[in-house]
Amino acid sequence: MTDATVPPAAARAPLSPGAARRRILMRRLWRHRSFRLGAVILLVIVLMALAAPLLSNGEPTKMNLRARFAPPSADFIFGADNFGRDIFTRVLYGARISLWIGFASAMLAAAGGALVGLASAWYRRLDGVIMRIMDALLAFPAILLAIGINAALGPQVSSVIIALAAAYVPRMARIVRAAALVVRELDYVDAARVSGASAGRIIFRHILPNCLAPLIVSLTFVFAYAILAEAALSFLGIGPPPPQPSWGNIIAEGRDYSVEAWWIMLFPGLAISLAALGTNLLGDGLRDVLDPRLKIEA
Amino acid sequence: MPRLIAFRIAQAIPVMFVVAVLTFLLMHMLPGDPATLIAGDMADQDAIAQVRRDLGLDRPVLAQLWLWITNLAQGDFGKSLMLNQPVAEAVWERLPVTLSLALVAFVITIPVGIVLGVVAAVWRDTWVDSAVMFLALIGVSVPNFWIAILSVILFSVTLGWLPSSGYVPMGTDFWRWLASLIQPATVLALFQIGYLARMTRSAMLDVLDQDYIRTARAKGVSPRKTILKHAFRNTLMQVVTVSGYILSLLIGGSVVIEQIFAMPGIGRLLVQAIMARDYPVVQGTMLMLGFAFVFINIVIDLIYAYVDPRVRYD
Repeated sequence: MTDATVPPAAARAPLSPGAARRRILMRRLWRHRSFRLGAVILLVIVLMALAAPLLSNGEPTKMNLRARFAPPSADFIFGADNFGRDIFTRVLYGARISLWIGFASAMLAAAGGALVGLASAWYRRLDGVIMRIMDALLAFPAILLAIGINAALGPQVSSVIIALAAAYVPRMARIVRAAALVVRELDYVDAARVSGASAGRIIFRHILPNCLAPLIVSLTFVFAYAILAEAALSFLGIGPPPPQPSWGNIIAEGRDYSVEAWWIMLFPGLAISLAALGTNLLGDGLRDVLDPRLKIEA
Repeated sequence: MPRLIAFRIAQAIPVMFVVAVLTFLLMHMLPGDPATLIAGDMADQDAIAQVRRDLGLDRPVLAQLWLWITNLAQGDFGKSLMLNQPVAEAVWERLPVTLSLALVAFVITIPVGIVLGVVAAVWRDTWVDSAVMFLALIGVSVPNFWIAILSVILFSVTLGWLPSSGYVPMGTDFWRWLASLIQPATVLALFQIGYLARMTRSAMLDVLDQDYIRTARAKGVSPRKTILKHAFRNTLMQVVTVSGYILSLLIGGSVVIEQIFAMPGIGRLLVQAIMARDYPVVQGTMLMLGFAFVFINIVIDLIYAYVDPRVRYD
């Protein structure tokens, strides 16, 4: 009888250590309640943004004067704005821009932060200079730095991305530097050096992978901040220019009618909150599983 | 302590220098020719060239940088184009508004955030913890300008309890000053309350797992005293560490909040200056805020060293 009950796992082809580790990690993540909830919320939002042409009337900037200020109804489930544009369509298309800005700036901030942090940890003579520059950038509240850079670059999607990324690079750099300073003292880094590996190989193949956990966790939180910051920039009128919808500028346009036509600003605000909530939940899960020592996000 | 203060100030000087250079470079990237802007629409080529010479814009970038730094060292932050007044004066006039807003928000954030975090940690894994942490999560996820608009609809338009906009100086009438600030400051504080509550909870949980807490409990110290005296005191260190970051978030957030509540503060000045392409004001405002935070960080380091005698800088 014992022969017949071979555990199914053993029947599978043996996994490489890396793949096995990843599988265990995924299982632990999926068992984490916040991670699961956050992942589902984000997935739904991303899918709706991608499927925007199928789910909506497909024309976020189309005006319809007869539908001006139409309250939410079967025809306009989120209502219509002062130009009679369908809010539901605009929120879905706005998601594309807002999520893209959040994603691109978080990735760019992570990449920049990783490069700066690694350089600072490895080339000790550069450390002083690099960290003084990072301290100087950190002296500005992130949103202010983003406003300043964005003002210099002009109101376009690309400048919002660059501005937000630049605002979060110093925070990422600090996190990566702190992790890399620990890793570089480990024996296997010495071993790699002794066996003649180049600096680039040691930094990217041996040090970086072991700094990824805190980087990924803060990347998630920066994504949430970036969505909120993009909305704030657009609201101030220095984000992606109208009529192209972004969650922030729909709220800005609806602000003047917030009492009589509350639906214009209500739904994009809910969308921002939900996206940030999902991301924060995801980040909480990632932090608990990947890097339990990390106390503060970003 | 005096040595520490001297050391921290010495350390801050290169940072302030870099802040000044960064602001200069940032504004150098601005599109458009400032000389044309300053001379105005009616100016001819000669007038524009004259302005360019007066401002030193015809000189090499490094020479301009040098001029900018030496002017700063003499307290000259430049002159506003739209206000026809020195930048330092324009910022100085608006400082009380932003400072009042940020400080009232800070005074709301710190106790509320700490209490929520401690409560969640003490009743960890109960419905109290879940409820508090859910609220904190909402706090860090909801855009404050959106909540501000909803709040104005509820408390100012519908209920009529609070003014929907404007600012009354403290010198005019203390109570009206407070009334004009209570709504914007509360809305502004929400994100930071959520952030602080989340951080306090995890710091507190860390401390509660320490051996000396178990020892205190085992030797019969009352639960109340264990939490307040043994655990909370050590958590407080972490709170001091992030208080500078919280203040920085508050000042950043006030840019948007001032806009909504029509408060004549630095944030509103900055946004107006960007719209009007008044680049000396953008530059000067950024710079003064940058300097302010270098200073705030020094103060926080010193508080840190004072609260925890183990902290020493070499």
